[in-house]
Amino acid sequence: MSVRDLAQAIRSGHESAVAVTQRSLDAIAAQDGEVHAFLDVQAEQALAHAAEIDAAVARGEDPGRLAGIPVALKDNLCQRGEVTSCASKILAGWRPPYDATVVTKLRSAGAIAVGKTNMDEFAMGSSTENSAFGPTLNPRDLSRVPGGSSGGSAAAVAAGMVPLSLGSDTGGSIRQPAALCGVVGVKPTYGLVSRYGLVAFASSLDQIGPFANSVADAAELLEVIAGHDEMDSTSLADPIPQISAHLDDGVDGLKIGLCSDLLNGCDEEVVASVRHAAETLAGQGAEIVDIAIPELGFGLSAYYLLAPAEASSNLARYDGVRFGNRVDGDDVTAMNTATRTQGFGDEVKRRIMLGTYALSAGYYDAYYGQAQRVRTMIINAFAAAYGKVDLLLGATAPTTAFPVGDKVDDPMAMYLSDICTIPTNLAGHPAMSVPFATGADGLPIGVQLLGPGMSEERLFAAAHVLEKGARA
Amino acid sequence: MSTLPEGWNMVVGLEVHTELKTNTKLFCGCANLFGDEPNTNVCPVCLGLPGSLPVLNATAVEFAIRIGLALHCDVRPSTFHRKNYFYPDQPKDYQISQYDEPINAEGYLDLPDGTRVRIERAHMEEDTGKTTHLGGTGRIHGSDESLVDYNRAGVPLVEIVSGPDIRSAAQARAYAAELRAILVASGASDGRMEEGSMRVDANVSVRRGEDAPFGTRCEIKNLNSLRSVQRAVEYEALRQITLLEAGGTVNQETRHWDEDAGKTHTLRSKEEAYDYRYFPEPDLVPLDPPAEQIAAIGAALGPMPAERRATLLALLGEGASDAQVDQALSAVEQGLDRFALAAIDAGAPALLSVARVANELAGTGAAGEQLPEADFAALLLMEHAGELSATQAKAVLGDLVAAGGGDPKEFAAQRGFEQLDTGALDAVLDEVIAAHPDEWARYCEGDDKLAGFFTGKVMAATKGQADGKAVNAGLRARKG
Repeated sequence: MSVRDLAQAIRSGHESAVAVTQRSLDAIAAQDGEVHAFLDVQAEQALAHAAEIDAAVARGEDPGRLAGIPVALKDNLCQRGEVTSCASKILAGWRPPYDATVVTKLRSAGAIAVGKTNMDEFAMGSSTENSAFGPTLNPRDLSRVPGGSSGGSAAAVAAGMVPLSLGSDTGGSIRQPAALCGVVGVKPTYGLVSRYGLVAFASSLDQIGPFANSVADAAELLEVIAGHDEMDSTSLADPIPQISAHLDDGVDGLKIGLCSDLLNGCDEEVVASVRHAAETLAGQGAEIVDIAIPELGFGLSAYYLLAPAEASSNLARYDGVRFGNRVDGDDVTAMNTATRTQGFGDEVKRRIMLGTYALSAGYYDAYYGQAQRVRTMIINAFAAAYGKVDLLLGATAPTTAFPVGDKVDDPMAMYLSDICTIPTNLAGHPAMSVPFATGADGLPIGVQLLGPGMSEERLFAAAHVLEKGARA
Repeated sequence: MSTLPEGWNMVVGLEVHTELKTNTKLFCGCANLFGDEPNTNVCPVCLGLPGSLPVLNATAVEFAIRIGLALHCDVRPSTFHRKNYFYPDQPKDYQISQYDEPINAEGYLDLPDGTRVRIERAHMEEDTGKTTHLGGTGRIHGSDESLVDYNRAGVPLVEIVSGPDIRSAAQARAYAAELRAILVASGASDGRMEEGSMRVDANVSVRRGEDAPFGTRCEIKNLNSLRSVQRAVEYEALRQITLLEAGGTVNQETRHWDEDAGKTHTLRSKEEAYDYRYFPEPDLVPLDPPAEQIAAIGAALGPMPAERRATLLALLGEGASDAQVDQALSAVEQGLDRFALAAIDAGAPALLSVARVANELAGTGAAGEQLPEADFAALLLMEHAGELSATQAKAVLGDLVAAGGGDPKEFAAQRGFEQLDTGALDAVLDEVIAAHPDEWARYCEGDDKLAGFFTGKVMAATKGQADGKAVNAGLRARKG
């Protein structure tokens, strides 16, 4: 049943929010011992909220568009009074005194928050193995990673524990785990969804987005969380795209670029799936053109300077002074050092060091400055491409889900799993991964659709076409 | 002007931080208030809690533009940067500041002595919290415990950086005083150095001769009054000269002014200087105020101190004494010249108006500034008309300030300050003269100093109700 139908059943009193929530909690209880998608399950609060929704319906009120729908939240989204740890020891047990804007919006739409999902520490990683609280496993094959950094949110939807979840995508952290877990994952236009209350990794790249079992469900969730927020200066003032209303627009007459630079380094079966996806779109009236955007090849290098640079500054505040965990020292400097040495994991430290170096006097221009110029070049290259085509098509991830432990000792190999997703973040554009095929290992393959800023209506319509033609 | 040894010159530039008197902080809605209970005016944003984001305060931008325009700056499109360094008073461990694209640049400030000091920039940034170190050394390293109050964290600041155009300690003081008067006149800041709402750092170097290249500079911090600005700059220049004359070299460093000891000492050397790793603040968008807004802010600015000094001195006239000119300058510096102008406008003499403002009203502090100018003018007209003696006028001024304004005639009546009629004064005069025949004889022989003696006696006899001028006139008339 679609999220819209389920919410409708609850809003009309044909289904109970408590029962739906209980089913979700039961599914979590049954599977999460193995999958470990959740860091914290808010069973009591969720059931109490669901009871309020049912009571509101009984009083004849409409609790909202997502009434009674269980939603899981990535653990970097602030929820008032609920532990928000970013899967880091340094924030273990920290309870924010405020709600992220998306959390407020979900609640006013009647959605039920059921818990916080596992992630790579501070969203730095591509396998959810960098969590300080143990990895999440791929529910399709427990020997494989779910991708990352939003691996918990992807796995929770893929395992049927929740119909919807939220993640954050800085360089592919929604789309890549969506592809590896076989669900829909969306990175919206930068500024479409407020970042207020999203614990920052790389502020100019971070964006919150939905995971869902279908394109239509993802649209329901995105429409609820989107919109201007005066608490986020980078939030767009544009009207919210009418995604659901345009879901059946089709692709007839659209020009879609099959981008060879978004297939580089991908397994053959992944490349073949993308080509099949192109055929599916063509079969529905789209004109497919081959397009090369060689500038995208520089995206990974630029990203691994810009994102760590911003992270080195964003993560400075975890100093043991005001919140989070403190390790005592003889003086304040010793306390800061001990706190950060013990509180942060290896990957976080690696990126803080990379970023600190990239911003240092004498190195700034060669590293951060150069990366900014590459970013501008990529933005211009995308603009030129979107002058010729309406959307771009490529791979989401180079491979299907890889085995747990496979890349933990090889950061560069891990970074390469985001090679196809990173350029979109640098440009601030929307992109989404749609499950489209199954690999030889029986694991899902996702394909990626990309569009220019605020093209979500067109993007989802094309994704909807792909979904219907999927060969999974 | 300078007391430096023969042949030596100093070169000084000042960096002044001023808090803006907005209702709320620079990036959040918390109250911008001095003196509240610690950590009461705080929220997720100014505490730098994970996930929080800054939103720029539009009034702070307007105030920054006022300061820029008052300093003849070019108001430009600007951006914010992050200045990264670890310190417990810095909630995010970075400060949001402006770096290579400040909102105001390339202005100037003319000192009362005619010297033009260039203003390189006047940019916006956020203030830090306040640390208190208890026990042990009393400093951050080596104290028993440290307390942090984040009420001040995120309070809007403008940092005004002068060119290296100041050539003496007295000029440094004059610059700080003039800048303070301009800040107050712009309405953007209250300029209270003692409360820390205006803070001055001085960059000082010395050289032999006026055309020699600049020497190595030291930055002096902790200058909490105009007096310390002058003393610290003088001390530091002399310290550097002594060092150089003894064959030493000046190290580029940051030094701390110890007001009690009257000395500077090393805070940190150039090698220990932070690498702030500035980079563009990704949480804020570029700032580009429309030309119409800038023009409207400029049009609404009142006259600045230089213009107001000229106005007041012109009203005093050529014949004013040095002391009277000083009174006028002091009235302007303290932003109280509007009271003198109101009184003069109403018909009171300029000298009297300026004297009462500089000598009496200035002494009443912040309460005096709240007095309606019209009430002050009415009081001076009464004094001028002889309805109140000088002593009485000063007493009534005190009452007016305490009450926050009112009709001076009513306060005079409450105090029983009814002016003596001519008949009553004549009677008292005759009595006093009759009681002191010797003094009267000497006065009549030309000892004018005794006029004061008789005036005093009359005042005592009338409990101060006689008008001094009328007493003098009566004495002269009887002398014949």
